[in-house]
Amino acid sequence: MKIIDILEETFLALLSNKARTGLTILGIVIGISSVIVMVSVGQGATLSIQASIESTGSNLLMITPGVARNIGYSARSAGGTAQSLTIDDADAIANEVSSVIYMTPQVTGRYQVVYKGNNTNTSVIGTGDTYPFVRNLSIDKGNFITTQDVENTTKVAVIGPTVVIDLFGPDAVADDVIGQTIKINKIEFKVIGVTKTKGGTGFQNQDDRIYIPYTVSQRYFSGNKYLSEIDLQISSSDLMTSAQNEVTSLLLARHNIADSTSADFTVQNQSDILSSISSVSQTLTILLGAIAGISLLVGGIGIMNMMLTTITERTREIGLRKAIGAKAKDITTQFLTEAVVLTFSGGVVGVFLGWIISWGIKYFNLYQTQVSFFSVLLAVAVSAAIGIIFGYYPAKRAAKLNPIEALRYE
Amino acid sequence: MIEVKNIVKIYQTGSVGFQALSGVNFTIKDGEFVAIMGPSGSGKSTLMHILGAIDIPTTGTYFLDGKDVSTLNEGELADIRKNKIGFVFQAFNLLPRASAIRNVSLPLVYTGTTKEEREKRAKQALKAAGLEEESFSHLSNQLSGGQIQRVAIARALVNNPTVILADEPTGNLDSKTGEIVLETFKKLNKEHGRTIILITHEHDVAEHADRIIFLKDGLIVSDIRKK
Ligand SMILES: Nc1ncnc2c1ncn2[C@@H]1O[C@H](COP(=O)(O)OP(=O)(O)OP(=O)(O)O)[C@@H](O)[C@H]1O
Ligand SMILES: [Mg+2]
Repeated sequence: MKIIDILEETFLALLSNKARTGLTILGIVIGISSVIVMVSVGQGATLSIQASIESTGSNLLMITPGVARNIGYSARSAGGTAQSLTIDDADAIANEVSSVIYMTPQVTGRYQVVYKGNNTNTSVIGTGDTYPFVRNLSIDKGNFITTQDVENTTKVAVIGPTVVIDLFGPDAVADDVIGQTIKINKIEFKVIGVTKTKGGTGFQNQDDRIYIPYTVSQRYFSGNKYLSEIDLQISSSDLMTSAQNEVTSLLLARHNIADSTSADFTVQNQSDILSSISSVSQTLTILLGAIAGISLLVGGIGIMNMMLTTITERTREIGLRKAIGAKAKDITTQFLTEAVVLTFSGGVVGVFLGWIISWGIKYFNLYQTQVSFFSVLLAVAVSAAIGIIFGYYPAKRAAKLNPIEALRYE
Repeated sequence: MIEVKNIVKIYQTGSVGFQALSGVNFTIKDGEFVAIMGPSGSGKSTLMHILGAIDIPTTGTYFLDGKDVSTLNEGELADIRKNKIGFVFQAFNLLPRASAIRNVSLPLVYTGTTKEEREKRAKQALKAAGLEEESFSHLSNQLSGGQIQRVAIARALVNNPTVILADEPTGNLDSKTGEIVLETFKKLNKEHGRTIILITHEHDVAEHADRIIFLKDGLIVSDIRKK
């Protein structure tokens, strides 16, 4: 039997049973594309969380007052209420721990911000001139807070791009904003700078922030001398652990605490946070993958069902073909070709559709997605295996029967 | 030449066996035109399937052109089916959802014949079997019983077999088309020397043959040669 004839028989067989062919391909397409989409959403979430954490700065140590109950970002907002860290602690760390390159104190709060009729409630971070270095922040227009602003308690504000839109409208340009006066918690501030967008939405919008001198925060908002966070940039990642230890013992000594378990502050390493959050998002990927696996299974059962319900008719066809001179090998080759063509075309459409949907989800900003090669491979392999096993093996078995047995098959 | 010796066929259904053929012996020489007759259930189709090498006897030997068919492997059996034998099934067994032309040209797919040649020969065979040209491209489910029968006959003729085995080939045909089919068989027999074996219930049809074998309860009860 010639290859061209095998292909022709295959296509005629597939065309003469359009419903079976269509439903089988549909099963494969749904199975494959859902695996690709689900896994891409999980992967995208992992990547965007990582990117958002990494964009907060490299080799970062974060000291917060109180004890972190659970690791991660929640510790920062929950920990801010305790009062134990002062600017003297911060200066002592900066002076005595040699691996610290930059230190930046923070006094954080959420306040109502008003410009003319426009209102927004946003996070106001009182800090110093080193914040942009420690936290990887860039200035789009104007300047950041200076040491003079801190010393003189000047009421100046640097605002994020989201705040610009919320206060000055979507068409506002950074140039128009600088020099304007906004009211934070009813107190007037002069806008001196606009930060660049940090992109990567994630769960914390780093563009929806206002920066002011921490001395201003202390005097006008918190009304005390405490800090809600001290961030340190360490000179190299190898020194992170030793810096963490030095900072801990220095602060314990300064606070006259002998037992490190009763410390009134927490020193967190950025990589700890990163790894704990990545493990959460990996669980998410696995979960989504499991859901996708179920749809692959359902698709697979659909394929099996289509293949097996037509087995009676196909077995008779095999009997007929053998009776008029087909060899077992002609039969198995034809059916294998059929199964391969079915799964291959379903696979190509499925991969393409999955990829398009993932791309669409990203394009329309629903979620960050990242198509993983492994998921494509897995999905294609599983459905190809199902298609070939259930399309080919019954045919192989039927091809072994003598023609009359196959023709009489019920 | 066809030579069967002591052919027994037992159908096993569960624990009970049914003996459809109980020791059949005969020899059919090349170029003979034989009719097989007998009551329903006497084992005619069973015997025909064995002669067509599409079923195997439980015991007994079958020599086709001197070769013991029971010793042949799967590939050699396939070669016999495609090169030597044209089989018309009692149940026709057309490929569903395929045109008359495609059904008839199907055996030629396995002989490696080119597509144009396949179509040409399929059309010739369909004409010889008496099918109207306008039905050539009809799908098998769009054909009448008689048309289906003629397509099945054409499929048996298309590979120019030396032996044509036809299980009640005229059962569904009116006398006029039945005549056409029988004339075709006769012509193949007389002019091309093909061996024809056909099963029939009708004496008029059997009259065309040179020899009539009667079967009853799986045994040959008479074997009459005409002069
Ligand atoms: N696959 C099978 N399993 C069990 N019994 C069978 C099978 N095929 C045929 N038989 C039995 O063998 C006997 C002979 O069957 P066969 O088909 O050869 O009859 P026949 O002479 O062709 O009859 P008819 O003229 O009705 O076509 C019948 O009694 C039938 O019931
Ligand atoms: Mg019969």
